[in-house]
Amino acid sequence: MAVVYVNDRPIDIGSERLNLIQAAQKAGVLIPHYCWHPALSVVASCRMCLVEVGERKPDGTVVMQPKVVPACQTPAKDGTVVVTNSERARYAQQQTLESLLLNHPLDCPVCDKAGECLLQDYSYRFGRAHSRLVDDKNQPPNKPYIGEQITLFTDRCIMCTRCVRFTREISGTAELEVVHRGHHAEIDIFPGRPCNNKLAGNVVDLCPVGALCSKDFLYKQRVWFLKSQASVCADCSTGCSVFIDSNKDVVYRLRPRSNPLAQGDFMCDEGRFGYHYINARERWTRPLARGPSGLSPADWPSLLATLRRELRAAAQRRSWAVVAMLSPFLTCEEAFLLAKYFKGLSEQVRLVLGPVPIVGEDDTYPKDARGRPVQPVKFTIRAEKCPNRRGVEEVLRHFQGEVVTFDVALRRADEGQVEVMYLAAGYPPRPHGWITPEQGAVLAKVPRLIVHDLWDSPAAQAATWFLPAASVAEKEGTFVNHAGLAQAVRRAIRPPGECRADGQVFWELLERRGLFHAPAVRAELAREVAFFAPLGSADLGEHGMQLPGAPAAGADSTTPGGAPT
Amino acid sequence: MAEYEPVLLRRVGKPNSQSIETYLADGGYGALTRAVTTLTPEQVVETIKASGLRGRGGAGFPTGLKWTFLPKNHPGPIYLCVNADESEPCTFNNRVLMEEDPHQVLEGTILAAYATRAWVAYIYLRYEYGRCFRTMQQAIQEAYAKGFLGRDILGRGFHLDVYLHRGAGAYICGEETGLIESLEGKRAWPRIKPPFPAVEGAFRKPTVVNNVETLACVTHIMDRGVEWFRSIGVPPDPRNPRDAGSYGPKLYNISGHVNRPGTVELPLGVTVRELVDKHGGGVWKGRKAKGCIPGGISMGLMTEAEFDTPLDFNGPSKVGCLGLGTGAVTVFDEQTSIADVLYNICRFFAHESCGQCTPCREGTGWMLKMADRIRRGQGRLEDLEILREIGNAIGIMPGTTICGLADGAGWPVKNAITKFRAEFEELIRRGVRREPLVGSGSH
Repeated sequence: MAVVYVNDRPIDIGSERLNLIQAAQKAGVLIPHYCWHPALSVVASCRMCLVEVGERKPDGTVVMQPKVVPACQTPAKDGTVVVTNSERARYAQQQTLESLLLNHPLDCPVCDKAGECLLQDYSYRFGRAHSRLVDDKNQPPNKPYIGEQITLFTDRCIMCTRCVRFTREISGTAELEVVHRGHHAEIDIFPGRPCNNKLAGNVVDLCPVGALCSKDFLYKQRVWFLKSQASVCADCSTGCSVFIDSNKDVVYRLRPRSNPLAQGDFMCDEGRFGYHYINARERWTRPLARGPSGLSPADWPSLLATLRRELRAAAQRRSWAVVAMLSPFLTCEEAFLLAKYFKGLSEQVRLVLGPVPIVGEDDTYPKDARGRPVQPVKFTIRAEKCPNRRGVEEVLRHFQGEVVTFDVALRRADEGQVEVMYLAAGYPPRPHGWITPEQGAVLAKVPRLIVHDLWDSPAAQAATWFLPAASVAEKEGTFVNHAGLAQAVRRAIRPPGECRADGQVFWELLERRGLFHAPAVRAELAREVAFFAPLGSADLGEHGMQLPGAPAAGADSTTPGGAPT
Repeated sequence: MAEYEPVLLRRVGKPNSQSIETYLADGGYGALTRAVTTLTPEQVVETIKASGLRGRGGAGFPTGLKWTFLPKNHPGPIYLCVNADESEPCTFNNRVLMEEDPHQVLEGTILAAYATRAWVAYIYLRYEYGRCFRTMQQAIQEAYAKGFLGRDILGRGFHLDVYLHRGAGAYICGEETGLIESLEGKRAWPRIKPPFPAVEGAFRKPTVVNNVETLACVTHIMDRGVEWFRSIGVPPDPRNPRDAGSYGPKLYNISGHVNRPGTVELPLGVTVRELVDKHGGGVWKGRKAKGCIPGGISMGLMTEAEFDTPLDFNGPSKVGCLGLGTGAVTVFDEQTSIADVLYNICRFFAHESCGQCTPCREGTGWMLKMADRIRRGQGRLEDLEILREIGNAIGIMPGTTICGLADGAGWPVKNAITKFRAEFEELIRRGVRREPLVGSGSH
């Protein structure tokens, strides 16, 4: 048990190894900092976190150090006294901020970072109101090509070197570096070696000011118009915690959300820049029914009534000829409702797991100069490009004791054994596609094919009925990642057009009254499916919940990234 | 006071002073032989500690004490770095030693390695010292040939390899952790301390960093004994409990507006006036001095009235300077504009600041811009206040930077503003608009 005194307030930090920034955070005191980041090494060079530090002796006397020290570099020990608001500490902070602003252009009105800029925030809170500089500012030229996705506004840089340390320590690719000395120091790349690694987008988040900007987001939105929703990235089975930033039902960017249980502090570019399909105009957003002239728009109430009727009739006729596919992009709640609906029609209905997209192999970081992975692993981009295989499999196991793959269903369809097939797909459009034209040709043999998807595909072409699905940003529910971590997916935007959240569609198939409410379904799921039992008792919170007794199938022991300091 | 007989510079100027034959004939490597054959490393450390030798690189830290900070019974390797990155403006005493008498430096290096149980010594040489590079390389080869370096030196199971590493011309590489970073092949950004180099230095191993002149002194202490060394210089000031005394000879460099610039060896504690008038031949062109830089520009400025200050480890701080520094006195005469002096100083530090810590990176740049403006007659009186404030606020002493470069950058500025304030104010009031000098501007 160690007690640290932050501005005269004692705070117990237990046996944790913290620096003074973290200790003060526990006491609710913000020590401003730029260069320090929990996942990166300590360099103590921005000198923003200067505080007065002393030690309280057992007899109660306090001995203060004669000078200010950087809080990021000073470990919190029992009896450490931190003063962040003394005249000397405040003067040091003011001095640093004045220095930082000397050569910083005041182009906040056109800067992407304005509104979430730490230089703005700290200047407002800790800085002085007037600049005493009358000379010209340094105006180094901007570097528009740091990487495919990254641009550098050189003059805005405050040389915290977080980005440089990120490429050296987390991605290991070391593309970024500091060139020149003194007040002419700049971030740059080596000639001909741009920063295009798969984690490169993180340097934009790490940048405390608007120096490194994402070309994807550049000049798209002012950040104060954006609404952030804490959710989960659906692009691989790591299940990175993210913020989905949107405005008026348009997603503008994804940002990693620090989660020590999932991925650490970062996310990969595949996930970060892979959201565009959500806003895409090419999405199919109307329910369609096949008539004599092909697929034509239908309306939800009559379409759902038709589906219920057809499915019930088919299940009564030849229940083993009814097949439902549950894709690994469904949330656990959706999978549960759909499985419940079909098993309610008849025990004989076959539930199959949709194709699990696997692309290459797990990609671990950091890498060395030759691109080989280095231990310890700090970040993993998984080959399994879906968020919830584990969760859907568990639901399937509960309802029919085994997980049947989509290939089996296709084979039966090829043999003419399938009368009705319901494909709850919801796959985002990716270059590899979730279904091949050959498979689509097989599906064409199914007399009544219901496709519930986002996008045109060989399956959609063969569909008798098409239901527009909701993307991950439009859903509520739970994803279980590769390691059995259950995280809450939260709705960031409304589904476009006539789309409805998948859960709502399944809710109505079940003829339940009212609206689909994910936490209520989650509680029901927890009651009925043993694997999900822990989810009933508590809120999933920000970091999610590790599910115990998760079968080891496909799980691996790689620890999530973001090593603590 | 009797005429001082030079020791460190004894062979300088003699024919063939660089060769090992001359050195051996003059009793060279005798101290090493005696130490390695009769003394344990601990005894060598004790001898140096007893001598009161303080580092000649600028900070004046007791050398023997530094060596004792190494972890005991370390399995090794332990590294010795010889700081030959002599970049302080107007300082050239290491250069004289390495160019003219490299073997006494090398002998001191071997002695230090013996005392610290180092296996490898790196001599980090300033890039600009091409002649030093050649003479030191030659000396190292000769020492290998004679068996003073390599495996099993003097048959006592003591091994040492010496590598001569040439820097790329950065002032910050003279800071010990910056030197280590540079030696490791990285950008010379000084490290945060602790851990100190003695615990975790080059290649994450215990490392000792010593200056060339310090090591030359080690040779002579081991050769002539502690008593000889303590008989030279200034004993500690009894009124100042933190003063460890300034013993031994020191190489003083005299440059600037004097008739006879050069290097002289004198006991510590000589006054600036004696240096300038007696050894430097007086101020040039029959003029009077306006002031001087007492020990490399990091140490601040002295006015002519303060010339009677003794140049020992304790003296310059009595008149508001930072310390002895490198003992390189640069005199400027009465016709020199103090604004030009300030501008030159600021330009140097703005150019050499490594850019790691915000206060130093931005502060030195800002000071340069203000100094340039004042020099061109467009200064404002409040600039002087800002300059003084920055000078006080940046550096390791107020705690706002990692290394001491910022202290060195701030000190001469605040000295200039306080000691020559009237001249600055006059210049600002006059507001003479001069064109920028050719090749000037913010570098």
